[in-house]
Amino acid sequence: MSLRPDLALLADLIPPRSRILDLGCGTGALLAELMTSAGCVGTGVEIDPESVLAAISLGVPVIELDIDSQLNDFADNSYDVVVLSRTIQTIRRPKQVLQQMSRIGDQLIVSVPNFGLWRHRLRLLRGRMPISRDLPHAWFDTPNLRFTTLVDLEDLFTAVGLRVERKIVLDSNGRVTRSGQRLANLLGASAVYVLGN
Amino acid sequence: MGVNLHQPGSVGEVNTRFVRLFGADTPLRLSSGASLGPIDVAYETYGVLSPEADNAVFICHALTGDAHAAGNHLDARRPGWWDNLIGPGKPLDTDRFFVVCANLLGGCQGTTGPASISPTTGAAYGLSFPLLQVSDLVEVHRALAKRLGIARLLAALGGSLGGMQVLQWGLSYPNEVDNALVIAASSRLTAQNIAFSAVARRAIMDDPDFAEGDYVAKATNPDTGLAIARMMAHITYLSEDALTEKFGRDQQPGTAATPGFGIDFAVESYLNHQGKVFLERFDALSYLYLSRVMDYFDPFAEPEALDQVKTNPLKWLIMSFDTDWRFGTEHSRRIVRRLEHAGQPVTFREISSPWGHDSFLLEVPAYHATLRTHLDRALAERRA
Repeated sequence: MSLRPDLALLADLIPPRSRILDLGCGTGALLAELMTSAGCVGTGVEIDPESVLAAISLGVPVIELDIDSQLNDFADNSYDVVVLSRTIQTIRRPKQVLQQMSRIGDQLIVSVPNFGLWRHRLRLLRGRMPISRDLPHAWFDTPNLRFTTLVDLEDLFTAVGLRVERKIVLDSNGRVTRSGQRLANLLGASAVYVLGN
Repeated sequence: MGVNLHQPGSVGEVNTRFVRLFGADTPLRLSSGASLGPIDVAYETYGVLSPEADNAVFICHALTGDAHAAGNHLDARRPGWWDNLIGPGKPLDTDRFFVVCANLLGGCQGTTGPASISPTTGAAYGLSFPLLQVSDLVEVHRALAKRLGIARLLAALGGSLGGMQVLQWGLSYPNEVDNALVIAASSRLTAQNIAFSAVARRAIMDDPDFAEGDYVAKATNPDTGLAIARMMAHITYLSEDALTEKFGRDQQPGTAATPGFGIDFAVESYLNHQGKVFLERFDALSYLYLSRVMDYFDPFAEPEALDQVKTNPLKWLIMSFDTDWRFGTEHSRRIVRRLEHAGQPVTFREISSPWGHDSFLLEVPAYHATLRTHLDRALAERRA
């Protein structure tokens, strides 16, 4: 099974034999791969019915619950890694969710599209809401409720006491960019953070 | 109306079989410490057990169910109670799965229960029948599975009290069950749940024809009490919306124009009918004993409840229905929390359905799709 490139990148960040909680796990592809090839165990959380069925057919345990309000169901320090992949922009209370994740897991992995990408800024200058490969939806028909730039997001990490252990910035083609930190917020279309408590 | 044995998706004509699993001299030791024997069990099977015995799914029925889950008895008007789920091409595909369903210990449809004849007295047990726990029901199921040559089930599946048996089975014997599918169940009844049961039991026991439980010997039956118990329970099985949609405030046809205290409304006629037909198939003592089994069920109260599964995890599928007010979603989420905290691979879905608790018996598409997907995966994993 070959993983989507952005998921393969996440998979490489997760140590073998980890216990993983994947919030917004979609079809469960990431967990299925890690369970099969890296001896991991874990739980997915998803609310989209088709995705839940897909996860079950991949053999991934998946719990239907509301990430915004029901993460209390998970015990303190019960997972090695908690993943929030391209989901933070769809939730109502990102700050509380990050706090819950840090309560539940030792290590957090958060991936996010970057609203601060130069192309998005240009669209805004022309008076238009950004639409791109990483933010493909029209403003009136999008699952995304929150838009953040990388630097704003990093401020939030700091505010909830999370330390950035690793930051991987991707360009519009999903390739890892080598641009310096100063340019990441301008040239990065998305980013993956590994966070510690 | 004749029974069509060639209906697509039906397992066709089936018969209930009987087996003695515990003898008078080899009784079952109950959780209470009491012994019970002989124990006869009524059961049905559908499909074929594979040579490797790796495709067996055990169905645990609910409070008033029986062994006849699918197909048709030659003399019956209706198919088995879970016929929409079990059959060729159905989610429990009998072309691939071997399905077993047995009447519960304490029941009244062929398995030993309080209306059975006690070997010591030669009369019906009545209230001298020992109190049971869910774990006792499971022990009898296990004995049947062994007798059928099944060392390890692919899955155990049940709704309501059936789900409680599956939960207990998985917790106690994780090496014998690959997948535990627990639908619209509870790990601990609430005060409201027990309250409803209490009124039902009171209706039965205060019926003069209950005769202190000796109605079989006295050749009577507490018809009034048992019918009232069923009528009330039936209300808890349906959502308010379901009753509104089925009956609204419709008048019962043929009612006199002037209101009175008869069966004026259609819903009254429906409940009356439910009570009446229940008398033909159910025993009042079984109702007392099995409803009491539910009241006392609290497996997670045992400090060592999760010890077995922590070392031998099994796969769990827990499902609830959003309009179920008997064992609502909160009951299922409690089970999910306990299992997940014990590191179990647990899948949970709350299915949207207007029909309340009874949804687990109905063909709700998202519900059946989930069972089908989970069972297909289970078989693939077992054979991988």
